[in-house]
Amino acid sequence: MIEISGLEKYFGALQVLKGIDLNVQKGEVLSVIGASGSGKSTLLYCINGLEPIQKGSVVVDGTDVHAKGTDINKLRQKLGMVFQQWNSFPHLTALENVALAPRIVKGKSKAEAKEIAEKQLKHVGLEDKLNVFPNALSGGQQQRLAIARALAMEPTYMLFDEATSALDPELVGEVLDTMRLLAEEGMTMICVTHEMGFARDVSDRVAFFHKGVMEEIGPPAQIFGQAESENTRKFLANVR
Amino acid sequence: MFDYNFHWRPVLKSLPDLLEAGLLTLQVAALSMIIGIVIGLALALIRLKLKGPLYWLATGWVELARNTPALFQLFFFGFGLGAFGVHLSPFLIVLAGLSFNCAGYLAENFRGGFQAVPDTQLRAARSLGMTSWQAYTRIIIPQVFKIVYHPVTNQMVWAVLMSSLGMLVGFRELSGETQFFASRTFRIFEYFAVTAIIYYVIVKIILVASRLLAMRLFRY
Amino acid sequence: MNQTISFFSGFNVNDFWFLGEAALRTLWISALSVTIGTVLGGFFGWMLYEGRLWATLTLAPVLDIFRSVPLIIQLVLFYNFAPIVGLDLDPFGSGTVILTIYTAALVANVARGGIEAVGKPMRRAARSLGMSYWQDMRYVVLPIGGRAVFPAWVGVALGVMKDSALVSVLGYVELLKASQILITRTQEPFLILSIAGAFYFALSFPISRYAAQLEKRWAQ
Repeated sequence: MIEISGLEKYFGALQVLKGIDLNVQKGEVLSVIGASGSGKSTLLYCINGLEPIQKGSVVVDGTDVHAKGTDINKLRQKLGMVFQQWNSFPHLTALENVALAPRIVKGKSKAEAKEIAEKQLKHVGLEDKLNVFPNALSGGQQQRLAIARALAMEPTYMLFDEATSALDPELVGEVLDTMRLLAEEGMTMICVTHEMGFARDVSDRVAFFHKGVMEEIGPPAQIFGQAESENTRKFLANVR
Repeated sequence: MFDYNFHWRPVLKSLPDLLEAGLLTLQVAALSMIIGIVIGLALALIRLKLKGPLYWLATGWVELARNTPALFQLFFFGFGLGAFGVHLSPFLIVLAGLSFNCAGYLAENFRGGFQAVPDTQLRAARSLGMTSWQAYTRIIIPQVFKIVYHPVTNQMVWAVLMSSLGMLVGFRELSGETQFFASRTFRIFEYFAVTAIIYYVIVKIILVASRLLAMRLFRY
Repeated sequence: MNQTISFFSGFNVNDFWFLGEAALRTLWISALSVTIGTVLGGFFGWMLYEGRLWATLTLAPVLDIFRSVPLIIQLVLFYNFAPIVGLDLDPFGSGTVILTIYTAALVANVARGGIEAVGKPMRRAARSLGMSYWQDMRYVVLPIGGRAVFPAWVGVALGVMKDSALVSVLGYVELLKASQILITRTQEPFLILSIAGAFYFALSFPISRYAAQLEKRWAQ
C-alpha cells in the first residue's frame, strides 16, 4: 500500500504540491488527471524519491521513502516508472535495455536476466524486436520497451507519467492496450494521464488535481458523471 | 625548500618592453586572422561548390593545416622555403604560418556554417524575388556569421597562443622578447611568469570584447 | 644552388633511424600524457558537472589558466619552477607533467559536456529502475555521454599529439627537434621536414577522418 499524507513540495519559492493525502491499495488502478502544472507528475516523482519533499510523508509498504537511512535504490525496485519521454538506452538493444537493471541492480546472472527480458518483451508484444536498437523502433514500441524495462524489476506498483503524451496519435493505442493488459492482470497502477477514455474505462478511482491540490477523488462514474467540484467540471468540459 | 631567491626587479624594469611586445603579439595574431578569414572563406566555398584541381588544392590545404603541428608549419615557412632560396623575415614566417593554420581551421568552421543554414532559406529568399547575390548577402551570410562567430573568436585566441611559437623562429613578439630578456638576466622563471599573466590578460580581453560585441550584434 | 642533386647528399639511413626513434618519443610522451590526462580530466569534468561551489570557485579558474596561456610558456615556466620547489625533473618529466595537465584541462570541458549530453530525464529513468548513482554513471552516463563526446576527445588527443612538438623547447628530442638537428647538419630542410610532416599527417589524418565518420553515423 502507498500512503501519502500531508505531502508538500516546493520548487524554490513555488509550491507545487499543497498538502496531499492519498492512499493507494494493492491491486488498485488510480488515474490522476488535471491541467499541466497542477502538480500531478511531481506527485509521481515524490512517490519514488526522484524529487525530495519539504513536508509530509510517503510510505510504501511500511517504508518511509524520504526518511534518512531508507535504501531508496532497493525501494525503487518495487516502484516501476514509465516516463513521458520513454528514455530508452540508445546504446543497448531492446533485450539489453530490459536485462540491464535485473543484472546490475538485482544481481541476476546473465542467463536469468536474459530470460526475464525475453519474458517481459513478449509480455508487451515486442518478442520479435529482441536484438533491435531503440533508434529502429517507433515511439510506441519504445514506450512499450520502457514498460517492459520497468516490469523486469518485478515491481509491486507501476507509475505512469503521461506515458502517451509524447506519442503520435496513431501510436497511442498500442501503449494504452499494454497498460490495460497490466490493469487486467491486477497490477497496482498510478497513471498520470490526459487520456480521459482510459481513465474512465480502466481506473478504479480517478483523482483530479488543480493547482497543487487534490480537488476531488472518486470512482470514474462520479468524477465523469456528477463531479462535486466546479473546477473538475470545468476541466472536463474543456478536454472533451 | 624555497632557497631560491626571487628577483622581480629586472622584470618590472623591462615590463614596458614586454607590454609593447604583447601589442606586437596581438597585431600579428589579428593580421593572420584577417588573412585567415579571407582565405578560409575562399577555401570553404571552393570545397562546397567546386570539383577538380581547385577542390583538391583547397582540401589539401585544410587537411595539412589541421593534421600537422603548427610548429611544423612555421618551420616549413622558415627552413622549408629556405631550401628554395626564399628567406622570409621572422615576422613573415610567423605571419605566413599562422595565416596558413588559421585559414585551414576557419575553412572547416565556415563550411559547417554554410551547411547549417537550410536550403529552404535560399529558396524562400529567391521566391520573394531576391537575386542570388541579394539572397546570399542579406539572408545566408548573416546567418552563417552568427553560427561561426563563436568558433572565430576561439580561433583568435588560438592565434594569440600560437604566435608564441615566434620564440622558436627568432621573432620577438611577447614570447620571443621574454626569451631574450630571460636569457640575458637568467631570471627565467620570473620573466616567464609575468609573461604568462600578460597572455592570460590578453586572452581574457579578447573574450570579453567578443562577448560585448556579440551582445550588440545578435539581438535576435 | 642545384636542388635536384642536393636532395639526398647529406641524408643517410642512420639519419632515418634517428628520425624514427624521435617519432617514437613523440608517440610515447603523447600517449602517456593523453592517457593520464584523460583520466584526470574526466574526474575534473565530473567535479565541474556536480558543480559543488568550491569546484566552480577553484578548479574552473585553475583549469582556465592552462587553456589561456601558451603551452610553450607553461613548459618553460614549469621546467624552471620544478627545481625551485626541489623537484628534479628532466625535460621528459616536465613535458609529461605539463602535457598531462594541459590535456586534463581540455578533457574536463569535454567530459562535462558529455555528462550534460545525457540529460536529466534519461538519468531519472535509470535511477527509477533502482540503479545507484554510480551504476547510473557506469552503465548509462559513461556509454551514452562518452559516445556523444568521443569525436571531441579525439580532437583533443590529436591536438596534444601535435602540441607535444613544443616539448622540444626543453631539449627533449622528439620528432621536430630531431628534424631541426638533422637540418642543421645535413642542410636538407625540405626532405627532412617532409618526412616529419608526413609522419604527423599519417597519424592524425586517418584518425580524425574516422572520428568524423563515427560522429556522422552516431548522429543518425
